[in-house]
Amino acid sequence: MPISFEMSETTRLAQDYYRAMATDHLRPISRKYDTQEHDLPTEWVDWYWNHGRKGGPEDVGPSDGFIQVCVQTEELCWGDAGLYLRTPFAGLGGAAVGAAGTKEQKKRFLSVFHGDGGPAWGAMAITEPSAGSDSAAIQTTATRDGDDWILNGTKIFCTAGEGASQQEGGFVVAWATVDPTAGRGGIKAFVVPAGTPGMTLVGLENKLGIRASDTATLQFDDCRVPTANLLGSAEVKKRDAKASSGDKGFKGAMATFDASRPIVAAMAVGVGRAALDYVLEELDRQGVRIRYDAPPAELTALERDVMEMEAELQAARLLTWRAASMMNRGRPNSLEASMAKAKAGLAVTRITQKAVELLGPPGWSKKLLVEKWMRDAKINDIYEGTQQINQLIVARRILDYPSSMLR
Amino acid sequence: MIDFEPSDEQLLIIETVRQFAEQEIRPVARECDEDGKLSNSVLAQAHELGLVANGLPEEFGGGGERSALTGALIAEELAWGDLSQALAILSPGLIALPVAEFGSDAQKQATLPRYAREQFVPGGLALQEPHFGSDPFRPTARASRDGESYVLEGEKALVPWIEGDDQVLVFADEDGTPQGFLVSREAEGLVATPEQNLGLRALPTVQLALSGVRVPASARLGEAAGCDLRRIVAQGRVAMAAAGIGVARATFEVARDYAKEREAFGVKIAQKQAIAFKLADMAIEIDGARLLTWEAAWRLDQGEDALREATLAIQQVRRVAMDASDGSVQVFGGHGYIREYLPEMHLRNARGLTVLEATALL
Repeated sequence: MPISFEMSETTRLAQDYYRAMATDHLRPISRKYDTQEHDLPTEWVDWYWNHGRKGGPEDVGPSDGFIQVCVQTEELCWGDAGLYLRTPFAGLGGAAVGAAGTKEQKKRFLSVFHGDGGPAWGAMAITEPSAGSDSAAIQTTATRDGDDWILNGTKIFCTAGEGASQQEGGFVVAWATVDPTAGRGGIKAFVVPAGTPGMTLVGLENKLGIRASDTATLQFDDCRVPTANLLGSAEVKKRDAKASSGDKGFKGAMATFDASRPIVAAMAVGVGRAALDYVLEELDRQGVRIRYDAPPAELTALERDVMEMEAELQAARLLTWRAASMMNRGRPNSLEASMAKAKAGLAVTRITQKAVELLGPPGWSKKLLVEKWMRDAKINDIYEGTQQINQLIVARRILDYPSSMLR
Repeated sequence: MIDFEPSDEQLLIIETVRQFAEQEIRPVARECDEDGKLSNSVLAQAHELGLVANGLPEEFGGGGERSALTGALIAEELAWGDLSQALAILSPGLIALPVAEFGSDAQKQATLPRYAREQFVPGGLALQEPHFGSDPFRPTARASRDGESYVLEGEKALVPWIEGDDQVLVFADEDGTPQGFLVSREAEGLVATPEQNLGLRALPTVQLALSGVRVPASARLGEAAGCDLRRIVAQGRVAMAAAGIGVARATFEVARDYAKEREAFGVKIAQKQAIAFKLADMAIEIDGARLLTWEAAWRLDQGEDALREATLAIQQVRRVAMDASDGSVQVFGGHGYIREYLPEMHLRNARGLTVLEATALL
């Protein structure tokens, strides 16, 4: 099939469905939960769990696969990125189980999200107070004791960590080392079900943006999980040993980033589009038309700014869709996923800041949501690999350097 | 379905043109730039590949496979070889493609077969003007109807003027609407003065002065129907954007390879984040701009008015190509400033993208 930009009918219907969902259910409570930072957005959580997750258009032909997931994500984050992250779904924890778990583990941990019980959340706990981007430096330990692993340590910046650790049915995928001398080879991922004794929610962050999202600090004190909850093998590959394809430990967890980065990039595009759409609507109300046919010498600074915002957003979106389409074909996409994430994070940070600037006092005022989108956008340049980490990944790939040659 | 992977057929085109660019265009690129001359043998060989003729209607000897997207794939690879030569190779399209799309039957009969024959025949388009604020949609050159002819007055700039052809497509304002006119290079009242430019030195261009140039009424592109300049400009912008990606990719590659060779402070400079991140940025921006360009091309192929998408694409490419070529000079340091290496030529050529309007049409 040749290069094509024709969105399939199924994806287009899904886009309409999620856009309506965002318009009807997210936008109206967007400011409320930006202000009431740690409150559970019950209107959204209950509606989504009881109706939203079960609805959606029928497939009317071939889907665009992972691109469709990106489109849906963009629409919801166009509505509200913070509330999107507070939505009861398996999230990054689910992605880890999906990527590295056995069939039995997938059934055990993920079926709740299709069941009739109450709302549930999945989360991933990687970051520690002294290990952010350098996830191989984590200090949380997992010690074998008979048929159990015992976890000890503290995890911060755990997105959806309150829901996942407290609400029955949910789970937290915690990364811990089984052998601190083994470097990244000793790092394994453990599924800790909500309510497991020894896992404590010790705090929620107060953030610049995405305030509706629960960003938790979780403490593990002799927290005991069965060996059946380890994702991948328990075998420790010593430092510098080449990981085999069957190794689903650290590498497996890192592989979840290849799947999650396009989604995060799509989230970013949604926030950026919210701001750009508002700017375009306002210009329309003011009778300002962007002249795509004017010569450079005649373009106003405003026109140049808006055109650049449009081009940057579309470039970010297309890079995102490309990384997603490679997943459809089962192709390795870690270069393209990092490209998309790096581009989208930076592009929407700039687009939303420019939107505030162009709109002037109203843009800066809390009467509009534009200032909120600017705050929400910035996280996309930080989480799931900062701008710099993604540049590093891209650089290593294009230079064909192992991490030892470019740190 | 949305898909970013070229089909086997598209891949074959890309591979063929890339190979030609590598084996034929690149070896003579520096010499052509230094001498300010094209290689006739490269033009002749490129013509044999049928890159332009394939897009012309079959009834006039072409391949009948016109596609802005295919054109974009070809332009990127040619320009990856060398931008000056790429624009020369594609120049027949400056006349042939607008005539194929908008020409009257008589104009097609008279004009198209010459571009599908054995001999390479270049093309020329006079769209821009030598004054500040030159606007393709509002030319100051004028066309006045006088009985069965038109009289053209005005000035044009950056008109490709490669030896071997005898006509040029001139745009002029007729009662508030821009129209194209097929004008003989030998027409009375037409004076062509060669230009000396910053970049694209191998591509001869002229400034045209038209005073009382008289052409028959049948020389108006599309005759009574006229043409859609918006579409012609959109096609040109997409083609230039694709060529710009080619330049950006070429300059990125030489910078990357140099950074992996050059040592400083005991390591390859590519091992320094200041260099590595610059290269990563180039790679990301090039890919993003390419996808924008492909989308604009694809929309043109669907028959949409894609002037907006084409404009956004060329604007993005202009920035990306300038950043990449400037970054490439920077990665090379002092060597980047020396004509023995390619980055300085890439920088001069990339600047041309920001000035040239629709000099190549596909």
